[in-house]
Amino acid sequence: MSAPEVRTLEATPVGPYRLPTPAENTKLGIWVWLASDCALFAALIATYVSMHGHVGHAPTPQQLFDLPLTATATFVLLLSSLTMGLGLEAAQHGEHQRLMRWLVVTMILGLAFVGLQAVEFTTYVHRGLTPDASNFGASFFTLVGFHGLHVTFGVAWLLSIFIFVVRKGPLGPRDLWRLEAASLYWYFVDVVWVVIFTVVYLLGKVS
Amino acid sequence: MAAAAERIGGLARGEDRSASAVWSWLTTVDHKRIGILYLFSSMIFFLFGGLEAFLMRLQLMRPDAHVVSFALFNQLFTMHGLTMIFLAVMPMSVGFINYMVPLLIGARDVAFPRLNALSFWLFLAGGLVLNSSWLLGGAPNAGWYNYAPINTGAVVHGVSLNPGSDTLGIDFYVIGLQLAGIGTLLSGINFVVTIINMRAPGMTPMRLPLFVWASLITSLIIVFAFPPFTINLVLLMIDRMFGTGFFDPARGGNALLWQQLFWVFGHPEVYILIMPAFGMISEVIPTFSRKPLFGYSSMVFALVVIAFMSFMVWSHHMFTVGMGPVVNSIFAATSMAIAVPTGVKIFNWLATMWGGRIRFTTSMLYAVAFIVCFVIGGMSGVMLAVPPADYQFNDSYFLVAHIHYVLIGGALMALFAAAYYWLPKITGRLLNERLGRWNFWLVFIGFNVTFFPMHFLGLMGMPRRVATYPANLGLGFWNTVSTVGVFILTAGIVVFLYNLKRSAQHGELAGPDPWDGRTLEWSLPSPVPEYNFAEIPLVRDRDPLFAEKVHGNGRLVPAQIAEAHAAEEHASAHPAGIHVPNPTILPFVVAVALTVTAFAAIFRVWPLAILGLLAAFFAIFRLMYDHDPGHYVQPEEGAR
Repeated sequence: MSAPEVRTLEATPVGPYRLPTPAENTKLGIWVWLASDCALFAALIATYVSMHGHVGHAPTPQQLFDLPLTATATFVLLLSSLTMGLGLEAAQHGEHQRLMRWLVVTMILGLAFVGLQAVEFTTYVHRGLTPDASNFGASFFTLVGFHGLHVTFGVAWLLSIFIFVVRKGPLGPRDLWRLEAASLYWYFVDVVWVVIFTVVYLLGKVS
Repeated sequence: MAAAAERIGGLARGEDRSASAVWSWLTTVDHKRIGILYLFSSMIFFLFGGLEAFLMRLQLMRPDAHVVSFALFNQLFTMHGLTMIFLAVMPMSVGFINYMVPLLIGARDVAFPRLNALSFWLFLAGGLVLNSSWLLGGAPNAGWYNYAPINTGAVVHGVSLNPGSDTLGIDFYVIGLQLAGIGTLLSGINFVVTIINMRAPGMTPMRLPLFVWASLITSLIIVFAFPPFTINLVLLMIDRMFGTGFFDPARGGNALLWQQLFWVFGHPEVYILIMPAFGMISEVIPTFSRKPLFGYSSMVFALVVIAFMSFMVWSHHMFTVGMGPVVNSIFAATSMAIAVPTGVKIFNWLATMWGGRIRFTTSMLYAVAFIVCFVIGGMSGVMLAVPPADYQFNDSYFLVAHIHYVLIGGALMALFAAAYYWLPKITGRLLNERLGRWNFWLVFIGFNVTFFPMHFLGLMGMPRRVATYPANLGLGFWNTVSTVGVFILTAGIVVFLYNLKRSAQHGELAGPDPWDGRTLEWSLPSPVPEYNFAEIPLVRDRDPLFAEKVHGNGRLVPAQIAEAHAAEEHASAHPAGIHVPNPTILPFVVAVALTVTAFAAIFRVWPLAILGLLAAFFAIFRLMYDHDPGHYVQPEEGAR
């Protein structure tokens, strides 16, 4: 075999190289994580759909679900997406005070949603739907409770950003990604709720 | 105590770097050292899993034997499967991914170094929690796939299906695998971001070494396959701890739900095990054939197709549960179709060797053995994908033969090939080739003597997971042969361990490029310095180093660095040296806190469980907001 022909190695035209910033890495990381969280909720929703018919002697979804209450909670959560967006917009324009106000409002709305859920859960338990009463109860509390934990964690995350800003001063452009990452998560949790509201509550009321 | 707190605080701020050896391993965020931690711990778990297999084969060597009790036998096959899959083969691959991927793409570290450390400690915590069950009331005993309702201890028609599960074993399964699973998921996310964002200039997607492609695809499978399993474990945990009945048919639950959610994860999981092996083989074979990889694009395409299809075949594990002919036919068709992209890979490896100047090093021997054994395993796999035939094969030793041909003959052979190929880069010393040959032939012969007879045993009707069999069934001969094979296989592993020890003490120095390699890692000293690349290289070909050897002056060309960031990345431009992250103990703290939660949950001490969770979250938030100033390392003299 003859020696391979020597050719000139031209570089692909690449611009000057720089390392990706924490912002670029973290935001991509959050997207990948949320993709995996989609699979998590998909498994839970599938479980609920396959289980919700087993009501046994416990109350049925039609008897229990209080659409005005849940619709209110839904409204509160969706509103928190708006306030989150307003906060992010304020941060992008460097308006520190406005960001902090919207952060507080978002956290209060998130807590209000979790609070309404606690009220709802307590009512159901009093009316006889405990997690071990029927498989509808088990899968309902697991799915909706799991989402509630997501919201609670989201509030803790926003609180941590709030504390960070209080301690380290206004959120500069170098740290903006911290808020952007949290907001991606927050929107995701809200969007998932729309699916849960439809599949669990709306369909549960009509079926 | 105060001194320790002081020390932790100081290290978190990066003040104290003259720490002891143990402390430096606990706090490391260097992808290479984390890779070594993965390789070392998975090796220990591998020996445990091997011991469990050894005991089982001793029990099965003769009919009507009583080497171990039947109850212990159930625990042995359960823990053998769990250990080999979750604690040995998968983390061994992750170890090589950790060490090699940043080197192969021309990066100084992974995208999230501290998250990487957290992944490792969570994996180790999960493995230790799972194995601690041996000492704390008995190991899980319902098989690695832990079918419901055996896993719930439910009573069906007055009969308890698993009287043993009123022991705690299954709780260790549920909790231990969740811990390890979180670690694996974080690892998956980390490597997706690393491979997409951290590539050196010129390292375009279609120039990525195939091992990097395999790592990316593996990570993506992890990201989508682990969540259903996590949910399955959560549901089982709620069933066992709070008295619900998700999987209890007597209470309107559905035992098949466990199977569905398990195999939606479980089948992609076997591709998580084999994909990195495909990648390793695709690095070893071209290097030792002195040819570029044949059909690079089709190799990448095949990987992507296999990954996609791995999510569409799970019900072939459930042909006999009564899903009906339509569902069975669909899953049979998708399962058989996977053989097509896999066949593409096999032929590409053969074509790479064809006409090449092959050097049969130990690594190459293992790579060739991989092809042979994996094809045998693949053929029995296609046989199992035929539903009518599967009614015969299902739960027989035929299946045991199949899974070991793809997991030992496939994944483990590739891991041995990778060990002989890459350990010199990691340790700086070559493994002995003469011992390597003994190691290879003993493992290859031992493996085939052990597992090929299992095909016959399966076709003769021997069910898997039986603790013994009567003498008059005529199963004794092949079982004895199989156990003899295990002795040979064990001897091969012992030779490997001796080779490792010998190489560490007085192995021949490897030098930067012992194999006349093609890819970026062989341009670096062995072992690789902390900062990997003194200068970020410019990648000008699919086989970057080889192209520079043939067409350039044999050295990589440094990349042009953007002005604004020059201070951080360009060694010669910054008088202080190269910027690297500081060590931190926090990932280890998170893992310890979650281990406390795990044991508290297993023993139902709820306040402690919540305390552990809060501590873990506190440490995670500390990790998120503590600014890491990093420090500077001066590149060694002679390094460009």
